[in-house]
Amino acid sequence: MPRALDLRLGIDVGGTNTDAVVLDRQDRVLAASKVSTTPDVTSGIASAIAQAVGQGSVPAHRITHVMLGTTHATNAILEQRDLQRVAVVRIGGPATHAIPPLATWPDHLRRTVSAGEVIVPGGLEFDGRELAPFDPDELARFLEALEPPIDAVAVTGVFAPVSDRHERQAEEVVRRVLGEVAVSLSAEIGSVGLLERENATVLNAALTRVARRFAEALERSLAASGIDAVTYFTQNDGTLMALDYVLSHPVLTIGSGPANSMRGAAHLTGLDDAVVADIGGTSTDVGALSHGFPRQSAIPVEVCGVRTNFRMPDILSIPLGGGTRIHLAPDGLRLGPDSVGYRLPREALTFGGNTPTLTDAAVFTGRADLGVHPNGTWPREVPWERALTRADEMLAEAVDRVKVSRRPVPLVMVGGGSIIAPNRIPGVSEIVRPPHFEVANAIGAAIAHVSGQVERVYHLGSWSREVALAEVCQMAADEAVRAGADPESVQVVDVEELTIAYLTGPALRIRARAAGALGSL
Amino acid sequence: MTLGEPDLEALARGCAVFGGGGGGDPTLGYVMAREAIRRNGPVPVVDLDELPDDGLILPVAMVGAPTVIEEKIPNGSEGERIQAVYERHFGRPVVAFAVAELGGVEGMLPVAWAAHARLPLADCDLMGRAFPEIHMCTPNLHGLPIGPVVVTDERGNIATFTSIDAAWAERLVRPTCTAMGSCASLAIYPMTAARARGAVVRGSLTRAVQVGRLLEAGDPVAVLEAEVGAVRLIEGKVADVERWTTQGFARGSAVIEGFGDDAGRLLRLEFQNENLVALLDGEVVASVPDVITVLDHGGGAVVSERLRYGQRVTVISFPCHPAWRTATGLGLVGPRAWGYDLDYVPVERIHAARA
Repeated sequence: MPRALDLRLGIDVGGTNTDAVVLDRQDRVLAASKVSTTPDVTSGIASAIAQAVGQGSVPAHRITHVMLGTTHATNAILEQRDLQRVAVVRIGGPATHAIPPLATWPDHLRRTVSAGEVIVPGGLEFDGRELAPFDPDELARFLEALEPPIDAVAVTGVFAPVSDRHERQAEEVVRRVLGEVAVSLSAEIGSVGLLERENATVLNAALTRVARRFAEALERSLAASGIDAVTYFTQNDGTLMALDYVLSHPVLTIGSGPANSMRGAAHLTGLDDAVVADIGGTSTDVGALSHGFPRQSAIPVEVCGVRTNFRMPDILSIPLGGGTRIHLAPDGLRLGPDSVGYRLPREALTFGGNTPTLTDAAVFTGRADLGVHPNGTWPREVPWERALTRADEMLAEAVDRVKVSRRPVPLVMVGGGSIIAPNRIPGVSEIVRPPHFEVANAIGAAIAHVSGQVERVYHLGSWSREVALAEVCQMAADEAVRAGADPESVQVVDVEELTIAYLTGPALRIRARAAGALGSL
Repeated sequence: MTLGEPDLEALARGCAVFGGGGGGDPTLGYVMAREAIRRNGPVPVVDLDELPDDGLILPVAMVGAPTVIEEKIPNGSEGERIQAVYERHFGRPVVAFAVAELGGVEGMLPVAWAAHARLPLADCDLMGRAFPEIHMCTPNLHGLPIGPVVVTDERGNIATFTSIDAAWAERLVRPTCTAMGSCASLAIYPMTAARARGAVVRGSLTRAVQVGRLLEAGDPVAVLEAEVGAVRLIEGKVADVERWTTQGFARGSAVIEGFGDDAGRLLRLEFQNENLVALLDGEVVASVPDVITVLDHGGGAVVSERLRYGQRVTVISFPCHPAWRTATGLGLVGPRAWGYDLDYVPVERIHAARA
């Protein structure tokens, strides 16, 4: 039974740590925990929950909502574990034969995932006309010839972002021939750019079983902890998806980690427009917040060697963290790119180890105060000041690359490694280090909004720009409500227009995103 | 030379440099060429001297909106269909395809068509760089007819245009392209090897592959200084990018703020798909038809639609093909043809005067 909002449990499963926080209705942090991520993911989640909920003031029965960000989908693709075999259907013949489906995939992943590929006649032009009539019979013949069992089908139609009608017709054929299988339609997954959207759609179809199993395991851990709550997953734009939506759109959870920490940073500081640096043990993720949400990448993003174009935060990662090693090369100083990583508490000088790291440089120069201070036994030949200056320059360059304009912006520092960072950076108006900065990602998950995004191409011969804009915004708002947002609080948070070059007669690509607070049910 | 799968990356890299900001993201063209070579084997690249005098050569290209091409990928057989039309028209076989425009997708696509048709590619192109319109080709300067122009789409529709001049061909082809769904494949300036020898930019493909290979290993600026006579205009950071659209063309400008030796300098770059003019602290330091290319720190060329704030770049310029520096060449593609009220000065001469 859904209950009125009381306490929220935010969980973020990262590559190194699993963090959990409990927030009350005023978004106050009641409890926080950090444990090592486990190979099976779920046992790490269980112990993070146990630690957070075990902290006295948090009765498990008062937790009404759970928000989870996880790397589970990424790991499944990386390790090719539990992936479903997918029948890959493209609707676009006679166009698109020059590049068959999955042509750009790594061979081993293609062999694991593909149950067969076909290009059937159909698809649309950019203005909604038919490229060719859809051929249901050819699709049926392909599906009938596949070796069973087929658990999932990915359908990608040319210009499906303009209209998904051929994809819907194909879905009917799939249901008729194969019965109850997971069907992923590209119009629901990605934007214009056939190959990238198709890739994301196939990955999505391959991940449906992983998503279902993971959701079931999570429900079990929650029940075992005495938590009866509504469960949401965070997606790569920093917003939430209801559980049933995740089951059909699992690919959207990929990349949710950086998005969560950026949303957490926005929440903890109250800043809507800022640059966020999440400094960990090995690397630093730098991204820009625009209207309180992570700015999205405009160029294709690769996931495990596969080019996709679904929504990903525009993140610049640099090999710089608290555990980054300081090397004395014959030609001078070199930072990393290797790091002592999770072994920092054993191997760094300041903790009694033998390896000079950036954390040691921060301690030596008095920037950070932890571990054991140098007492003359630290290696004299390490140029601590210069190492830290070099690190500061790397961070400053990354921040500058991520900024959208020359105007100075605030920089929010989060993550456990941020103690190595300076208090002044050129081009930055102020550096903000909020409380609870070390669990910003779990907080980001807990406070996340629910969103919907839609992208469409309009031929302005038959549409006025205003009507087209209004229609896309309404579609985005509807999508947010479908994903679980409270209809009252939904607002359009981002609209992007792109005029398409080289078309006679203006055409416009519009992308809109709406987000709203969690609905009470 | 033979173009096999391992050479394609070098060709794509080279084409991006010669494209001067235009020609589109080469990735799609690269994948098309690779697929075609995997199916049909490598493509021989032959010098015009090796082809029979009366052998027919077809320069081919795609026209239309890059956004549409990224969604509605070609069928792959467009080249063969075009070939058949010309063979019927002229009553003799086509001996080679050629690249019409050396840049991005356009430099790679003819490789795919040649592989499908099992024909060689002539080692030449019609621009020595990229330009946005089909009449901006060197054979136009030599009075060679652009037509008949054969336009086809992935469905098999074919339109043949015999126009009174090249500008009219451009005017006629655009609406047909729109009707076909805003991207179409075509051949222009069909010509014999004998006619081509004096009228095209020769050796383009071998040069693009060579430059592409050297760029994979060496310092990009040094490589381009040695190979194409490039001049370094500035090294710096993109500090501002502005874009607007006029008459269907994506125009814009970018400001690059110098650092290192160039600290304190500003370079303004104006583009219409291709980079047109570069002004350093207000003075013109390079202009069309010389090629102006933005290189990122990996040594790859950045197409103008991918320029964005914060990128670390080096801007270089190098001399265009001499045919463009003649009075007729400049009339067609010199600064004034793009609406700039300035006289063209060759980039190497501007550079020598500044040094």
